[in-house]
Amino acid sequence: MFLVVFPTISLWGDHGQEALENAHVCLINATATGTEILKNLVLPGIGAFTIVDGHTVAGEDVGNNFFLSSNSIGKNRAQAATELLQELNSDVSGNFVEESPDKLLDNDPEFFHRFTIVIGVQLPESTCLRLGSVLWSASVPYLVCKTYGLIGYMRLVVQEHTVIESHPDNALEDLRLDQPFDEFKNHINSYDLTSMEKKDHSHTPWIIIVAKYLDRWLSEHDGQPPKNYKEKESFRQMIREGILKNLNGVPEDEENFDEAIKNVNTALNPTKIPSAVEDLFSSGQCNITAQSPSFWVMLRAVKEFVHSEGSGNLPVRGTIPDMIADSQKFINLQNIYREKALQDSAAVAKHVESLLQSVGKPAESISERDIKLFCKNAAFLRVVCCRSLAEEYHVDSVNKDEITSCMDSPDSEMVFYLMLRAVDRFYQLHSRYPGVYNYQVEEDISKLKLCVNSLLQEYNLNVNIKDDYIHEFCRYGAAEPHTVSAFLGGSAAQEAIKIISHQFVPFNNTFIYNAMSQTSATYQL
Amino acid sequence: MAEMDEPEKKRRRVVELTENMIVDGVCGGSCEWEGRWNHVKKFLERSGPFTHPDFEPSAECLQFLIDTCKILVIGAGGLGCELLKDLALSGFRNIDVVDMDTIDVSNLNRQFLFRSKDVGRPKADVAADFINSRIPGCRVVPHFKKIQDLDETFYRQFHIIVCGLDSIVARRWMNGMLLSLLVYEDGEVDQTSVVPLVDGGTEGFKGNARVILPGLTACVDCTLELYPPQINFPMCTIATMPRLPEHCVEYVRILQWPKEMPFGDGVALDGDDPEHIQWVFQRSLERSAEFNITGVTYRLTQGVVKRIIPAVASTNAVIAAACATEVFKLATSAYVPLSNYMVFNDVDGLYTYTFEAERKENCSACSQIPQDLRFTPSSTLQEVLNYLTESASLQMKSPAVTATVEGKSKTLYLQSVASIEQRTRPNLSKSLRELGLTDGQELAVADVTTPQTMLFRLCFTS
Repeated sequence: MFLVVFPTISLWGDHGQEALENAHVCLINATATGTEILKNLVLPGIGAFTIVDGHTVAGEDVGNNFFLSSNSIGKNRAQAATELLQELNSDVSGNFVEESPDKLLDNDPEFFHRFTIVIGVQLPESTCLRLGSVLWSASVPYLVCKTYGLIGYMRLVVQEHTVIESHPDNALEDLRLDQPFDEFKNHINSYDLTSMEKKDHSHTPWIIIVAKYLDRWLSEHDGQPPKNYKEKESFRQMIREGILKNLNGVPEDEENFDEAIKNVNTALNPTKIPSAVEDLFSSGQCNITAQSPSFWVMLRAVKEFVHSEGSGNLPVRGTIPDMIADSQKFINLQNIYREKALQDSAAVAKHVESLLQSVGKPAESISERDIKLFCKNAAFLRVVCCRSLAEEYHVDSVNKDEITSCMDSPDSEMVFYLMLRAVDRFYQLHSRYPGVYNYQVEEDISKLKLCVNSLLQEYNLNVNIKDDYIHEFCRYGAAEPHTVSAFLGGSAAQEAIKIISHQFVPFNNTFIYNAMSQTSATYQL
Repeated sequence: MAEMDEPEKKRRRVVELTENMIVDGVCGGSCEWEGRWNHVKKFLERSGPFTHPDFEPSAECLQFLIDTCKILVIGAGGLGCELLKDLALSGFRNIDVVDMDTIDVSNLNRQFLFRSKDVGRPKADVAADFINSRIPGCRVVPHFKKIQDLDETFYRQFHIIVCGLDSIVARRWMNGMLLSLLVYEDGEVDQTSVVPLVDGGTEGFKGNARVILPGLTACVDCTLELYPPQINFPMCTIATMPRLPEHCVEYVRILQWPKEMPFGDGVALDGDDPEHIQWVFQRSLERSAEFNITGVTYRLTQGVVKRIIPAVASTNAVIAAACATEVFKLATSAYVPLSNYMVFNDVDGLYTYTFEAERKENCSACSQIPQDLRFTPSSTLQEVLNYLTESASLQMKSPAVTATVEGKSKTLYLQSVASIEQRTRPNLSKSLRELGLTDGQELAVADVTTPQTMLFRLCFTS
């Protein structure tokens, strides 16, 4: 039997995988939620992880955690979990620190600066906020996760996260049919649909067909493209009439013409810069200094390109969708776009070079490969900025509007956010969570209600929380059922991978999962 | 008071010990420890405002999960591994798992119950072994079989069936099997014959979880239009059992390119570079020739290279977890189950959408209404077959048609047996009238998408 090594096939490409392999993730608390998150990071191959946990393994820990076994009861939880997580993937370097995060924050807060991302699980509020403050100052991304009964909670804390490859689901093509560049124009002119043999005619790419007929339309309509439904229909009809007919006058089967007709709507979309990108152009970050990250240097370069060589447009993306055509015609057309994209990217590179020079940095600091990638994704660039925990928690900056407007809807998940804040308050007061033991459930209801009221009062929130929710949260007894931990484990790991790889867009900034109804919501708090 | 004799003392001691064990909710023996089920018990032994109206908190709930409840997991791949773990850690002990595949190297970065030493062994076996040893007391029973190899006596024994499949065809078959178990009384479904089906599916960053109560709520076929034509391929298929030209291309892309690095070390395959695609195209042709597969073209090669959607560990984790939560709710009545379909997508942030899929009135699988086939008497059998395969609500794969002609049962066309295929092929171009079919007669159609023959009624139109 032979063993073949497969490269890890990932949605985030080779450079995304590289980022993953260079990442060092810190997990605080190897509870079920924590180990499930880590499992989904170890499997795709992060470089290293470090578990920080001062707890010893209890019987109930083993009961809901796949990465603890009964013979680890009494041992330190960080160490026990590391062993079984490490076993999943020998390429990953697993480490543990048998220490509570509070101790580390007291003695060596800079310990946390070395990590690519810190994931804090089942943290009491005070520890969570202390850690948040340290990581915010050090610009280390921080992901807070909590499973509480049937509720899952995640909070992303990152000052500025840039995404070049957002991989949007339904991206519009960049075909420039409304503003054909010279090389494209020449290519279109090299075709004469009226003199082609059937084989060539039926295998001409639809882009050429639309371009040809658009030329004709423009000359017949004073240079105005089809604008409304009626005109687009006429345009489609014009193309339809171009389908070859056989000797009996019956239209032949020309799938490429069918494609052209089908694509008229999107083909006629005017080329323009998406508003999200325009917003980035007007950001203060575009004023380049020696500290500017490459993202902003490249963005500024693209902005300058837009105002010069680009004539108001972003660099050509360089890709075309698949379409019916013979290989040669398709490749020739594809190359027209590819070469233009290379040209535009080279122009942007010149702007990058002079920007770098202007702040005293060498031209090599940003590679040609990175600039090409940036240009290819110019229409999809995203920047995610999360508010700090301090801003979320402070009475003067709490997002009252969001909380109160959500609470107006009876089914909103926001009530769970408030309940989680209330149980945190309970913990601070009583050094325990409500309803952990059976005998506590009833008597803790009134105590928890007091915490709810004090929370709403402190933040001046004019909302009503039904007693049912207070009862339910006492009933939960701070349980961490495995299935909810696993749901959060998958969700959090994926967000962590987005942060590490800078691909796909992370959430901003609070995610609540309700396993009772299998619903969820994201809030910006 | 008389002294107790020894046997009586012993009996009382055993009873005492057993009672202590019951109080802790354990099964006895060294596989239990204190506090093991604390997290689970809070949902089973406490009343609450959001529980199912039928729910009664008691220690017996957990005992039911541990001793009695039988769950069947279909698939021991990406979703299956997660499901087994989730169920075992929620208290379920009597779990059967069915999977027809063996472990391939490409599975290892996702299907976390498998290691490189397990390559070549049946997935069901290895998964069962791992869970049983990691989670003491758990009794997972593996079945290295196709789902079609098991019959209704097998499926009938389970309280709940949960699917983690990667094929629509298999899902529909399972759906059909559970529908065939239903017993009807006066036109109403006998609820004790209903085996709930929890079904999960994933594709890249997207996934869905649904709860189906066969005969009562929307079934897989009721919502067939929700499933887009699949364009992703399991890695194990690519490595060892290619069937389509696409599989050949994937083989070259994933295996040959990294091995040969044809354009220089570390130069990645660029779907937009014609030279790269040409290289992949040539080798894909070679591979397809090896397996007598036709259809590899330049265009197809580029299409496959650029559209591949790999499987992602985290999406499987999320969907399996949601499914396992639903299995728990159904088994314990702790909460009202999902009603009945959840969609998940984490490409841009995280997004879920939950809705109630409706039953289709004339669903070909669950409505019990015989489907009409409307054709003119001069239509050919081929046209009927085309309809059966192309219709969005039927989407059959290779239907075999039988009819009663002049009192005798006659196979009109069957593809799966070569000799019968050859013999019946001429019927395809014959008209329905020529074949002796009459208006209103029944046609029986068999297909891989359903375990039972489907009855259609032929309606002649003019």
